[in-house]
Amino acid sequence: MSAAAPLLEVRHLRVEFATRRGTLVAIDDVSLDIAPGEVLGVVGESGAGKSITGTAIIGLLEPPGRIAGGEILLEGRRIDDLPPEQMRRIRGRRIGAIFQDPLTSLNPLYTVGRQIVETIQTHLPLGAAEARARAIELLKEVGIPAAERRIDHYPHQFSGGMRQRVVIALALCANPRLIIADEPTTALDVSIQAQIITLLKKLCREHGTAVMLVTHDMGVIAETADRVAVMYAGRIVEVGPVQEVIHHPQHPYTAGLMGSIPAIGQEVERLPQIEGSMPRLDAIPKGCAFNPRCPKAFDRCREERPDLMPAGSTRAACWLHAGKAGTADERR
Amino acid sequence: MIAFVIRRLLQGVVVMLVVGFIAFSLFNFVGDPVALMLPPEATQADRQAMRETLGLDRPFHVQFATFVGNAVQGNFGISLRLGRPVSALLVERLPATLELAFVAASLALLVGIPLGVYTGLKRNAWLSRVFLTVSLIGVSLPTFLIGIFLILIFAVWLGWLPSFGRGDTVMVGAWSTGFLTASGLKALILPSITLGLFQLTLIMRLVRSEMLEVLRTDYIKFARARGLTNRSIHFGHALRNTLVPVITITGLQLGAIIAFAIITETVFQWPGMGLLFIQAVQFADIPVMAAYLCLIGFIFVVINLVVDMLYYLVDPRLRIDRAVAGGH
Repeated sequence: MSAAAPLLEVRHLRVEFATRRGTLVAIDDVSLDIAPGEVLGVVGESGAGKSITGTAIIGLLEPPGRIAGGEILLEGRRIDDLPPEQMRRIRGRRIGAIFQDPLTSLNPLYTVGRQIVETIQTHLPLGAAEARARAIELLKEVGIPAAERRIDHYPHQFSGGMRQRVVIALALCANPRLIIADEPTTALDVSIQAQIITLLKKLCREHGTAVMLVTHDMGVIAETADRVAVMYAGRIVEVGPVQEVIHHPQHPYTAGLMGSIPAIGQEVERLPQIEGSMPRLDAIPKGCAFNPRCPKAFDRCREERPDLMPAGSTRAACWLHAGKAGTADERR
Repeated sequence: MIAFVIRRLLQGVVVMLVVGFIAFSLFNFVGDPVALMLPPEATQADRQAMRETLGLDRPFHVQFATFVGNAVQGNFGISLRLGRPVSALLVERLPATLELAFVAASLALLVGIPLGVYTGLKRNAWLSRVFLTVSLIGVSLPTFLIGIFLILIFAVWLGWLPSFGRGDTVMVGAWSTGFLTASGLKALILPSITLGLFQLTLIMRLVRSEMLEVLRTDYIKFARARGLTNRSIHFGHALRNTLVPVITITGLQLGAIIAFAIITETVFQWPGMGLLFIQAVQFADIPVMAAYLCLIGFIFVVINLVVDMLYYLVDPRLRIDRAVAGGH
């Protein structure tokens, strides 16, 4: 068990999309928790359910998507069944969010200052002048030069990296306990990605804000996260401390992912890759969803679906680790 | 901004010159005005004298320049049908048309935008479906048919509203207004509904589809993630982003309302410019037709200028960038 009570707990979350051709299960039995101030990385391929998990936590799933089971607790209180108005008050105030594309995250018709002030005043009992002072403070904090002047500029007057800084300021402006950052650097130049990640990490450490960092970039995870959860076809297949997962992956899928990252200074003809592709949501195989691509699959994998179980110093949903040492309750 | 306005004004002048040229050409297309104005028994000398009096013996470009010069001063000559100065006729008829167009446009905007927002936000509500279905009628039925139906129901069967004319008008300076009398206001109802219905449904459908589009954008999603209230998201962030296309269409439609009031004015015998124009066409009253053409051209140019300036107000991206984007 982790020492501190978790800030966010997700228990057996199930998200379904009702479509004309039947119900698709996008997230199936996902459980995770984030301690105060912790950075949890969530990795996986496109369509593995990373973003949907984040969207479900902030209560912004769009129909036909819906939470079909499980629960989400913030500081011990259930938030997945709150009425929309109460959930709205939590968004921005307790849980902030950062999305992928800073170029389109800001309303083009309003100055960045107006958007920050609006958000501050929605959540905090501040007057116009105080809110503006706080907005300037925030812009300085996220490293925008000449913040006093820039606050009255429109989004199109900022570069992509600067806009993502503004977005971070917006996510932090009511001092939330948790930030869900969904691919926060994917749309940016490589040179700026590192700056933004460093900034996000620094600010969250200073404010004691926990982060759920959703990305497909293992490099970003390795640099930033304390723990990492690997998702595949709507389920978590492995979760553990970031160094353990990277250097001693226990699930064959994680191992495959790590194997496909080129190491610096090592010449390879061809990068190793995992054969095949992730199954579509309407064609998830019986047993372990990874079994058709898994080099180590055996009979049980094709019949029974594994839950997370202790595996080395991480936890993996893989029958290879069935019956090995470790207590079932162990969280890390 | 000033450079932009000046550029647009110059473009407007060019457009007006082209419109004026077309209007001027009308005179040469529709036969010899001298033959029309003189009695059949007039002699060749009479014709020559008339030609010189009218300046028709001068070269083409001089005649056009004279026409433009007169037109700028509001002098479009004398109506062949009514024997009175065209400008006086237009000034007399202008208030009726402008008041009708104003009421029709206000109706279209004040009803069309809220309905568009409602049907955009409550996409699946049954009331939205009703509005959308009914709006198809407005889009697809021709204006004169709507007018005749309205007359049949409200004037003939129910007898609530007058079927034609402006009712009593009051002169405010040189402006005859129907806004100040009960019968004037009553007379406005049916024609303005007839004239505005198409624009109303058009604006409603436009606002709806723009709202649906904007509500899908990332900045609306991000606004929700920031916990802003629905009111602020829908009206502060979404509606304002739909305004640029709405202003464009509304502006053009306002011009259309004024220009195509012809049909409504004919159906309701509304004593406006459109009716004057129709009568002028029947009589081949060229000066009136030319003047009407120039006036409508002018109205469109002004509306387009206003629309362009409204863009500037609504969308900061179009404003001149004094500050260069800084940072990386």
